[in-house]
Amino acid sequence: MSKLILIIKREFLAKVRNKAFIVMTFLSPLLFVAIAAFVGYLSSMKADVKRIAIHDETGLFAGEFKNSDEYHYLNLSTVDMKVLKDSIVKESFEGVLFVPKTGDAKALENKIQYISNDSPSLSFLDDLETVINKKITSLNFQNAQLDTLAIKNAEAHVNITVAKSSGEQTVKGLNEIKIGIGGAFGYLIMMFIIIYGNMVMRSVIEEKTNRIIEIIISSVKPFQLMMGKIIGTSLAGILQFFIWAIIGLSVMFAASTLLGVNMGHSTAIPPEAMHAVQQGSNSAAQMYISELWTLPIATLIISFIIYFIGGYFLYSSFYAAIGAAVDNETDSQQFLLPIIMPLILGVYVGFFTVINDPHGTVATVFSMVPLTSPIVMLMRIPFGVPWWQIALSVLILFGTFFFVVWFASKIYRVGILMYGKKPTWKELVRWVKY
Amino acid sequence: MSNILEVNKVVKRYGDYVALNEVSLTVPKGSIYGLLGPNGAGKTSLIRIINQITIPDGGEIILDGEKLHPNHVQYIGYLPEERGLYKSMKVGEQCLYLAQLKGLSKAEATKQLEYWFERLEIKGWWNKKIQELSKGMAQKVQFIVCVLHKPKLLIFDEPFSGFDPVNANLIKDEILELQKQGATIIFSTHRMESVEELCDHIALIHKSNKLIEGRLNDVKKQYRTNSFEVGILSDNVEGLMYDITQKFTVGQTNFKSLNDELKLEIQLGNATPNELLNVLVQRGQVTHFVEKIPSVNDIFIKTVSEK
Repeated sequence: MSKLILIIKREFLAKVRNKAFIVMTFLSPLLFVAIAAFVGYLSSMKADVKRIAIHDETGLFAGEFKNSDEYHYLNLSTVDMKVLKDSIVKESFEGVLFVPKTGDAKALENKIQYISNDSPSLSFLDDLETVINKKITSLNFQNAQLDTLAIKNAEAHVNITVAKSSGEQTVKGLNEIKIGIGGAFGYLIMMFIIIYGNMVMRSVIEEKTNRIIEIIISSVKPFQLMMGKIIGTSLAGILQFFIWAIIGLSVMFAASTLLGVNMGHSTAIPPEAMHAVQQGSNSAAQMYISELWTLPIATLIISFIIYFIGGYFLYSSFYAAIGAAVDNETDSQQFLLPIIMPLILGVYVGFFTVINDPHGTVATVFSMVPLTSPIVMLMRIPFGVPWWQIALSVLILFGTFFFVVWFASKIYRVGILMYGKKPTWKELVRWVKY
Repeated sequence: MSNILEVNKVVKRYGDYVALNEVSLTVPKGSIYGLLGPNGAGKTSLIRIINQITIPDGGEIILDGEKLHPNHVQYIGYLPEERGLYKSMKVGEQCLYLAQLKGLSKAEATKQLEYWFERLEIKGWWNKKIQELSKGMAQKVQFIVCVLHKPKLLIFDEPFSGFDPVNANLIKDEILELQKQGATIIFSTHRMESVEELCDHIALIHKSNKLIEGRLNDVKKQYRTNSFEVGILSDNVEGLMYDITQKFTVGQTNFKSLNDELKLEIQLGNATPNELLNVLVQRGQVTHFVEKIPSVNDIFIKTVSEK
């Protein structure tokens, strides 16, 4: 046991003292903040105003278009179309809306043209169509001598509200928030597994290429060495996350006190929700916050830690076995693919299936399969998962973990003493039997 | 117990390939034991089993009267053929770590390290990283790691490769010193001259089987051919040759000498050396008369090529 602790200590110190680790730990939060600030700056920048010329031979629509931040409309019905087209080429206008003179409004429907050398966005065309439709519709109403005011009053504006069976009112867009939170945790696990799993693999390869391995395993069991490596590396990773969390919290705290900014709205909140918060009354915003507090936060954090440990250990064992099987990192690619696949699959299933049907068959199955459960189950937890499902999933995860560690240590034991040619899958299986 | 190590019918298989076929060895306490064999004979497999790096598929190993046990790693020092250390770790720290893995306490390991650093004149290296050292320097560190925990049994796989003659001599002296202090040394090597010089016992493994084992002198006696190298100054060479060929088989040989004598290798068969001498002295002046003792190299080549 004391030997295991020695190995853990060495692996931990070797990782932590590495210059790359120190630089990454303190630079990546800076980098993250810089990127976030840059993206924020870019999105806050006003887009260039686009000037749209309107050549309206009917004279009905020219006054209907309202200037926006992005588009300015100019009524140039008196200017000849030919001149306008030339001006597009000269880029003084983004485009020209051409409304020809026709007998009646109905005939106009397929005659209106938007002339531009750039392809306009669908939403821009939609906006144009909406304005024209509205005008034509109201003209048609007038021609039919209908009471436009009565029609306007008769129009319905439905806004479905969301409530729980308990009768409590809830807010829209909560699904997105939930998947955002669960997704963030799941994504974190995936990133950690890939980054630190690779670190474990590299460290195994290093010992192999340095040829120190034979000295070490003449003193300790290969299994001890492998476990020490996995645990030591994970501790370095946990330390890194810890530092990031402290930096993040203190930056948030400093920013909120200095600027008096409400840090409640993270960028993870989808636009619909943001919209609702901004548009709606104060009570809607309060409802969001109280909803967030009803999320199973304790369950979420505890299961994050459990799934994190289980998932990381499971995958690191694979990484360690691969590291032992190959002589250098380039040879490892072939074996890495089958490991990365389930991780990516987990994230995709999470974002595409869980959000639509958090308790459906697909989501439930993937939250039980040990290779994807750390990611998918964490995404499901904010939606409320029965405790027995979590228990079963954790049980399967750790059961698989022990099996994989046993399996990986067999490959590891043989692999670390093999040099030269890259093994095939068949050989790996044979090693397990040695 | 007079034997530090007994290997009893050890078998090791890798899939269908048999690396060791019921190999048995006896290593007496305090000896320098040469483990010989061509490449791929199974030497490294056997050494790894003794070091508990791999597990044998059959047979047993007795170390100092006890069946091999995980705690025994602290009694064995191993210098593998493929040397290696953590490149980015400092020399002192690395030696401490490896010594502690062998079961030494930190204080004891530090004390031993200081002794060895002084002895091998590398005191200033404590805070250097391995990657800053030359190959020969790293080899010295590796040697220290191997002997630091005062093992009863030292296993050296090609110990002199990578050393310049000065350092090779230094290491050789250290090995002899360790033997004097009571350690037993197993040598695995291809360099027959160092076997000849250092070993008192040898074993030869070839194609997974042990072919020869015993005291070096006994093995040599077993392989002696009862032939003698003779140098003789004679006026009547024809008469001499006639006399000799009557009783013995004669061949040409060569050895260094100052005289312009006749150099012969004579196979005695069942005769005694005196009978040959009697013939020789009657025909001329004997300048050289030495029994041709088989070298380890001869024995190695003869045994390996016969099988």
